[in-house]
Amino acid sequence: MNFEDGPREAALRREAREWLEHNAPPREDTAPAGLVYEVARREDLEPARAWQRRKAEARWAGITWPERYGGRGGTVIDQVIFQQEEARFAVPPDPFLVGVGLCGPTLMAHGTDEQRDRFLGPILTGEEVWCQLFSEPGAGSDLAGLRTRAERDGDDWIITGRKVWSSGAHYADWGILPARTDPTVPKHAGLTYFLVDMHAEGVTARPILQMSGDATFNEVFLDGVRVPDAHRVGDVGAGWTVTRTTLMHERMTMAGGVFEPLRFADLLALARRTGRLGDPVLRQRLADIAVRLEGLRFTGYRTLTEIARAGKPGPSGSIGKLTLANVVQEACCLALELLGPEGAAGDEGAYWRKAFTEAPYLRIAGGTDEIQRNIIAERVLGLPPEPRVDLDVPFEELAA
Amino acid sequence: MDFAFSDEQRLIGRSARKLLERRGDLQPTREVLESGAPYHEALWKDALGAGWPLTALPEELDGEGYGLLELAVLAEELGRVVAPIPFSSTVYLAQSALLLAGEPETAAGERIGTAALWEPEGRGPRVPARAQVADGRLTGVKRPVPDGMVADYAVVLAGEQLYFAELDGVERRPLEALDPTRPQAELSFDGAPCRPLGVTVDALLERAAVLFAFEQLGGAQRCLEMAVAYTKERHQFGRPIGSFQAVKHRLADMFVAIELARSNCYYGVWAVAGGAPDAAAAACGAHIAATEAYAFAAQENIHLHGGMGFTWDADPHLFLKRARSIELLLGSPPEWREQLMVHLEAA
Repeated sequence: MNFEDGPREAALRREAREWLEHNAPPREDTAPAGLVYEVARREDLEPARAWQRRKAEARWAGITWPERYGGRGGTVIDQVIFQQEEARFAVPPDPFLVGVGLCGPTLMAHGTDEQRDRFLGPILTGEEVWCQLFSEPGAGSDLAGLRTRAERDGDDWIITGRKVWSSGAHYADWGILPARTDPTVPKHAGLTYFLVDMHAEGVTARPILQMSGDATFNEVFLDGVRVPDAHRVGDVGAGWTVTRTTLMHERMTMAGGVFEPLRFADLLALARRTGRLGDPVLRQRLADIAVRLEGLRFTGYRTLTEIARAGKPGPSGSIGKLTLANVVQEACCLALELLGPEGAAGDEGAYWRKAFTEAPYLRIAGGTDEIQRNIIAERVLGLPPEPRVDLDVPFEELAA
Repeated sequence: MDFAFSDEQRLIGRSARKLLERRGDLQPTREVLESGAPYHEALWKDALGAGWPLTALPEELDGEGYGLLELAVLAEELGRVVAPIPFSSTVYLAQSALLLAGEPETAAGERIGTAALWEPEGRGPRVPARAQVADGRLTGVKRPVPDGMVADYAVVLAGEQLYFAELDGVERRPLEALDPTRPQAELSFDGAPCRPLGVTVDALLERAAVLFAFEQLGGAQRCLEMAVAYTKERHQFGRPIGSFQAVKHRLADMFVAIELARSNCYYGVWAVAGGAPDAAAAACGAHIAATEAYAFAAQENIHLHGGMGFTWDADPHLFLKRARSIELLLGSPPEWREQLMVHLEAA
């Protein structure tokens, strides 16, 4: 057991730090940071894209991507090392996670050579931004119950339907989309996975104003959108397999947040500044959060070790997202309580107010808390699933 | 970076589990519970035969020359079977103090040791003790003292110092205990010879807490395994109760608490073993997380076994009693959270 860098890791960290020092401004360490992230406006995109391009040129953009696709061919540990170092610098928020973390690996696993040649490069450099067109008004946790249709028309498919909660769809260039191609078979068997040009005729993204006051995600209307068959990923009817690959990478990408989900030092500094550090009850809650943040961080390291040893995450990998979302929400609540009336109004509390109004999202997106618990209970602990009435029934016979 | 035990360390754990299974798994604990014996002699003999108590002692003292990590692996296995032997008193408490004092030779051999840190009126180890030492002689009442009826020697808190004392001739009285498989005693010192160890209570607690944390982790893990097995097998409403989300989500929460605690424990033992700058905070984190995970898992294991879980003959209560007993001796999580805040503020 060793929680320190080995020689190779130490060398990589040095290399990353040196490169960052030459290419990025240091972060002002006095302000709290880390919890308010998403890129909401199109104009935020340009600085992010410039930074992504720079990283891609130096092969820091796709650290776990193979070298032939412009990556570094490194391990997930290498990637975490770079993220840890990058967090010390004032870099723009990252709207390319969907592309680099989800779409790229999905194309590597299931795409054609032509698709990889066409799409992977611009994903890595940030030249093209990607979004996820998965959830629908009637298909959230039960994603396989989606109703967006794709019908064959010569060499093309005609896609019609409605997607929702698509982060960045209002500025994205491409979307990944599972659609129903055969309603006469049970729901998981009738799906096919497509790449959709967000600039194509019939695609309309309408931003949804969230409780935080931002609009980072969208409702997306697809009205007879024509998609060439060359943009189908995997076989017709194999869309659920491809979708599961994307979802697995989504959970891993979100769980990557466990290494610095929020800085305990920010909470401690807030308690000190607000003069509440002497309150024994608040001290208990601070300590509780500190222990869980540490547990989360070291669980992340254990997961990395499992990946390094076994090639895939073991049981510890499934707990990151669930715990992270809940700790962050509690930390935001505690921060507002530390601020007292300032938490309700005034400049002092602006950052934490924002974080507080964004926090509920983490427990819902990428599989709700309840779905995460089902995954842990059924896939890790081996408990039997709930009886399901819809598994063997042709999709078209299911009640709406 | 490598955040797992080595193959050799895991081998130590596997062979310990085999030995404990051969001895009957939970059977020795059940026997001690029913007989009222102070500990399970055959199992303790096995432990001595396998050299477990001497794991961290140097080879010239017939030890194994290992360290804290190997002890942690053993502690986890002993926790899984709620082992009814004076291992924790001898090794986590007494031996830790002696190793910290640079006196491994005093810990050699097959003697049973313990620590007498607690006093009447619920006075814990972080409060200066009322017991006093004058002219090398110790006077005062200590209770509860784990394995106090059978220990050969003790590390005793008097005032703010830790002393070493032989227990021949010291008056002992058995105490009624929450966990009768780890008996406790009252020791009355009346001018017993003793000598100072030059070790702080905080240093002792830091090391002991990390080792106890692994024992707690092993117990918690076993509770989860029992609950999972039972809820897969028990049918109501025509299906296994483990298929209901109300039940499986509880089990998922137990799993998460245990795995987070495991991570805190891994870091804790690594930090304390290597003297990392944040070792004190890491030990607090391991202790808090493992204590809460064990209390939660033990309590929910009883609940998930339904009425059966509440009976004397079913095993879940063995774990709940052990869980709370360890927690009460070392100081409850609120106390340790406060301690953690002191370390975090200073960092």
